[in-house]
Amino acid sequence: MVQSLTFATTRSRRNAISGYLFISPWLIGFITLTIFPIIAVVYLGFTRYDIFSAPQWTGLANYRRMFTADPRFWTSVRSTFVFAFSSVPLKLAFALAVAMVLAAKRRGVGVYRALYYAPSIVGTSVAVAVMWRQIFARRGLVNWVLGFLGLPSTTSWLGEPATAIWTIVLLVVWQFGSPMLIFLAGLKQIPAEMYEAADIDGARAHQRFFRITLPMLSPIILFNLIMQIIFGLTVFTQAFIITGGGPLDTTNFYALYLYRRAFETFQMGYGSAMAVVLLAVVGVCTAIVLKTSARWVFYETE
Amino acid sequence: MSNSTQTILLREDVQARLRAKRRRDLRGSIVFHSFVILFGFLMLYPLLWLAGSSFKPSGEIFTNLGAIIPSEPTLMNFVNGWRGFGGITFTTFYQNSFLYAGIGTFAAVLSSVVVAYGFARLKFPLRGFWFTCMLMTLMMPVQIQIIPQYIFFSQLGMINTFWPLLLPRFLGQAGQAFFIFMIVQFIRGIPIQLDEAAEIDGANKVTFFLRVMLPLVKPAMVTAGIFSFYWTWSDFLTPLIYLNRPRLYTVSVALRAFSDPAGATDWGAIYAMSFLSLVPVLVIFVLFQKHIVEGISTTGLK
Repeated sequence: MVQSLTFATTRSRRNAISGYLFISPWLIGFITLTIFPIIAVVYLGFTRYDIFSAPQWTGLANYRRMFTADPRFWTSVRSTFVFAFSSVPLKLAFALAVAMVLAAKRRGVGVYRALYYAPSIVGTSVAVAVMWRQIFARRGLVNWVLGFLGLPSTTSWLGEPATAIWTIVLLVVWQFGSPMLIFLAGLKQIPAEMYEAADIDGARAHQRFFRITLPMLSPIILFNLIMQIIFGLTVFTQAFIITGGGPLDTTNFYALYLYRRAFETFQMGYGSAMAVVLLAVVGVCTAIVLKTSARWVFYETE
Repeated sequence: MSNSTQTILLREDVQARLRAKRRRDLRGSIVFHSFVILFGFLMLYPLLWLAGSSFKPSGEIFTNLGAIIPSEPTLMNFVNGWRGFGGITFTTFYQNSFLYAGIGTFAAVLSSVVVAYGFARLKFPLRGFWFTCMLMTLMMPVQIQIIPQYIFFSQLGMINTFWPLLLPRFLGQAGQAFFIFMIVQFIRGIPIQLDEAAEIDGANKVTFFLRVMLPLVKPAMVTAGIFSFYWTWSDFLTPLIYLNRPRLYTVSVALRAFSDPAGATDWGAIYAMSFLSLVPVLVIFVLFQKHIVEGISTTGLK
């Protein structure tokens, strides 16, 4: 009895040691490259720091400046929200629509799924951003097509404050592939009997969609919503390449503005304060979605 | 007599109805396939246009703008584009990109599988807590840690080296929680009796991991490797921040400099280099699209 107990404890201790040994690469990285930086960014947010000399404590000066004396900050917040809250619903709606079409049991749907996913695989690359810039250039593809159709074809899509942001929204919506695949997997999980029962009861197509499909997919929609909102709030490469933040700062999205402050003008303190605000916003967005989810997310059995 | 005519009539009726159904099915599938193909073509048009434009002679770039197939295909754009800028050719940029993507992917897969085994199979104190921490990092935008990480690496004298790009990948950071989670899910599907049998046979954790687990987890490692390759290949922000000498540029950073709207004039060359930079990703996609589709569908992530 005593012997087996000591055997058990040495075994569990050995297990614990080997467990920590196996996760140690991640644990070391987590502490040095994630936890320590989060503490550091909070501290740096209270300082003025240009990386060449030591950081100087300035208290709340960065935050005061950000909220009361930096109109560009507010412009970037506004355009980021416009971007995230237009592109995310559009992208998810589009992804769901395509997923429902491609959920059909027909020949060749596997190939179609792969083809529709293809734009997403290259979507965030610089090459596609460069291509997008040329498509919407004054002498670009879009104006060429419009001219071909006899429509006004001299719009400077990237130069007009009213249109520039929508070219980037369109690019992001075009990359609907990942949520589409996730929805497809979710659609497969819905039992066919549910639809059969609905058919017997004489349900119409829209009733089937709103009463069965949407509620059954709601946990997946929630998950996609959180991930895509975070992605939407931190979009960088596309704006950096396509519009450079212009015209009139209409596409100077938060992540781009933060990069400029921190790495172009080396205002690391101000950039850190912006990062802290971003952390808070991402946290709040996630919390709101999770809190309200109880009302609209349907979990089967669990 | 009348009875048999009735049967014949019935049979004809059934046959007619079957024929009608088949006709309806055929019509349905023609509508389905033509719609999906047409829409799919529209989706892929920008990419096909980019590919086609990179073979257009300079005279055709603006005159034959919307066409996918050039009337006089040429390879000159590739020859001209490959020369790069500032005396540095794309050979250098591709070497840098393959170095980053190659070592980065190796590091990511290696550390992910080791850590995932620890989380999935070994019992140790605080396991649940660390696992939750790991999942939380999925939600963390890079912008939050990027300033302190930059300061950290610059104090170690690692700016303009590949260490800031590779080290996080050896340590399970930089979005790798996705891979760790995916492999953990995969390992949970492997019968635990295997581990128990090995333990009775007196195999220790490390030999068991290397001899038994590693070969079994291979499919999940391939999926992780594919994703890792195309994330590192198209990564832009990290090399932009840490690699400031043109000689160290990866393809994505070089492409941005090469296509700078202020100085660029040779659009054919820009198209050619943009298209070329997508080729490795597209080739891998075509070869491994099953893995990619499954990877996204089963984890519901990305």
